[in-house]
Amino acid sequence: MNKPRLEGARQSRTRFADRYNAWLRHHRLSAADSLHRVLSNKLSTLMTFLVIGIALALPVGLNVALDNATQLSAGWDSPSQISLFLRDSVTGEEAAALATELEQRPDISAVQVVTSEDALAEFSALSGFADVLASLEDNPLPNLLLVTPTTGLEGAAVGGLRTKLGERQEVSEAVLDMEWLQRLNSLMELSRRIVMAIGGLLVVGVVLILGNTIRLAIENRREEIVIVKLVGGSNPFVRRPFLYTGLWFGFGGGLVAALLVTLCLWFLRAPVSQLAALYQSDFTLKGLGLMGSLNLLVLGGLLGLAGAWLAVTRHLADIEPR
Amino acid sequence: MINFERVSKRYAEGHDALREVSFEIARDDLVFLTGHSGAGKSTLMRLIMLMDRATRGKVMIDGVDLARVARRNIPGHRRDIGVVFQNHQLLFDRPVFDNVALPLIISGYDYREVGRRVRAALDKVGLLNKERAMPLTLSGGEQQRVGIARAVVGRPRILLADEPTGNLDPELSSEIMQLFEAFNQVGVTVLIASHDLALISRLRHRILTLREGRLVQGAACE
Ligand SMILES: Nc1ncnc2c1ncn2[C@@H]1O[C@H](COP(=O)(O)OP(=O)(O)OP(=O)(O)O)[C@@H](O)[C@H]1O
Ligand SMILES: [Mg+2]
Repeated sequence: MNKPRLEGARQSRTRFADRYNAWLRHHRLSAADSLHRVLSNKLSTLMTFLVIGIALALPVGLNVALDNATQLSAGWDSPSQISLFLRDSVTGEEAAALATELEQRPDISAVQVVTSEDALAEFSALSGFADVLASLEDNPLPNLLLVTPTTGLEGAAVGGLRTKLGERQEVSEAVLDMEWLQRLNSLMELSRRIVMAIGGLLVVGVVLILGNTIRLAIENRREEIVIVKLVGGSNPFVRRPFLYTGLWFGFGGGLVAALLVTLCLWFLRAPVSQLAALYQSDFTLKGLGLMGSLNLLVLGGLLGLAGAWLAVTRHLADIEPR
Repeated sequence: MINFERVSKRYAEGHDALREVSFEIARDDLVFLTGHSGAGKSTLMRLIMLMDRATRGKVMIDGVDLARVARRNIPGHRRDIGVVFQNHQLLFDRPVFDNVALPLIISGYDYREVGRRVRAALDKVGLLNKERAMPLTLSGGEQQRVGIARAVVGRPRILLADEPTGNLDPELSSEIMQLFEAFNQVGVTVLIASHDLALISRLRHRILTLREGRLVQGAACE
């Protein structure tokens, strides 16, 4: 046992590798030891996981809901149509000529002609007033052009197009039914910001909760920390297991959050698709997905680390052997 | 190796625990430190391992002025010193093996080396069969020996022992003293605080005597 400490130059050459290995070894040891501690304290660990999980699931769940709403409204807003109601004096042939003319414009991708006869036929078929309509002498419906602007055209440009088309003498009215969409969009933007604010607050809350959990862990192991410092444990050495503890709590919380969000979506899936079926839509709820869940896990871990770091920097340096 | 120059230590309450203490301990010395309770023995050792700093005077360890050791270098300094604490300072929620292994884990030895060295150290203090026992199930003397095993397991250059035989019977006490002597023979500087005058005067090593914080005997090297 009593070999001399210094074994010459050979030792110093491998020193860096040795230190790296030692560092790695202690990381593994700290990770395993703190995981063991976290898991062996079942009830309080479960509580912490749940608190963090719920706090994370709330903004994440709201965000998923918003994503779904965006996806739904995206189906409506992109090819916004301009309906051109033509004057009564414009005949079917003139309407068709106007359509081909308009189709040449670079800001218009397609023009569909709905002649007054077509419109009447469709209307009578759909409404069931066929008899009443047949008894009318004149067709009360105007010729209609459905103008689809080029995709990717901005809202303002579409508005400009509408005004320009409305000024043509054949056109009695040009209608762009987009205002409600804009309202919806700004409402969604507002909701997204509110969710972000709530999320920010809850994230701060999670960090503080974890910081407090780690502070208690540090307090519980005060004597052990003193002893480790007495026999030469450095601050990083003492810190490591607590940082891992924070990491594990964060991961657990992230996992719980992912499960909660998935569970909620699963719970809503059936009624949503029923509702969608009623509106003849094949819309389905989009969940977090694997990447989203993993991101949530990573986010939880990072928050855990942040909380632990906060606690460790504030409380560990104070614990010195006396 | 250990060099005190007119070292004084006054605690915050105004109590002078050490007054103008000067002495020198050479590299391969084994020195006893004695004195009544409250004379300042533990305080002197606390200064060496930087649990406290001297109020006045200079403490040099291996040529390094401890006043110049920055806070972040204290752990490294402590790793060079093996200490047997008066109040054991064991981890009571860990088995004996883990307690003794602690300095090696801190220094980053690989597990096989740790196992080998821990068993060798436990063997030396006669506790090889208690490897898995929890400290609380051990007698006071056994706990003390766990502390001794932990102090020597890292093969430090300096060994400080504060009442290492306080709870041991005479036979075990002299065995432990022989262990310290064996360490000293391979070049470890050893400083042992002890009340047991009968034992230490039999061993014929230099004795430093403190009285109310003053060094009253043994200041000069022999
Ligand atoms: N942290 C402290 N704060 C204030 N006073 C202290 C502190 N530690 C020790 N003292 C005082 O310093 C004096 C020397 O204490 P020290 O522990 O060095 O004595 P000792 O020689 O080790 O005694 P013993 O043989 O009983 O262990 C005592 O009077 C004690 O009350
Ligand atoms: Mg003492």
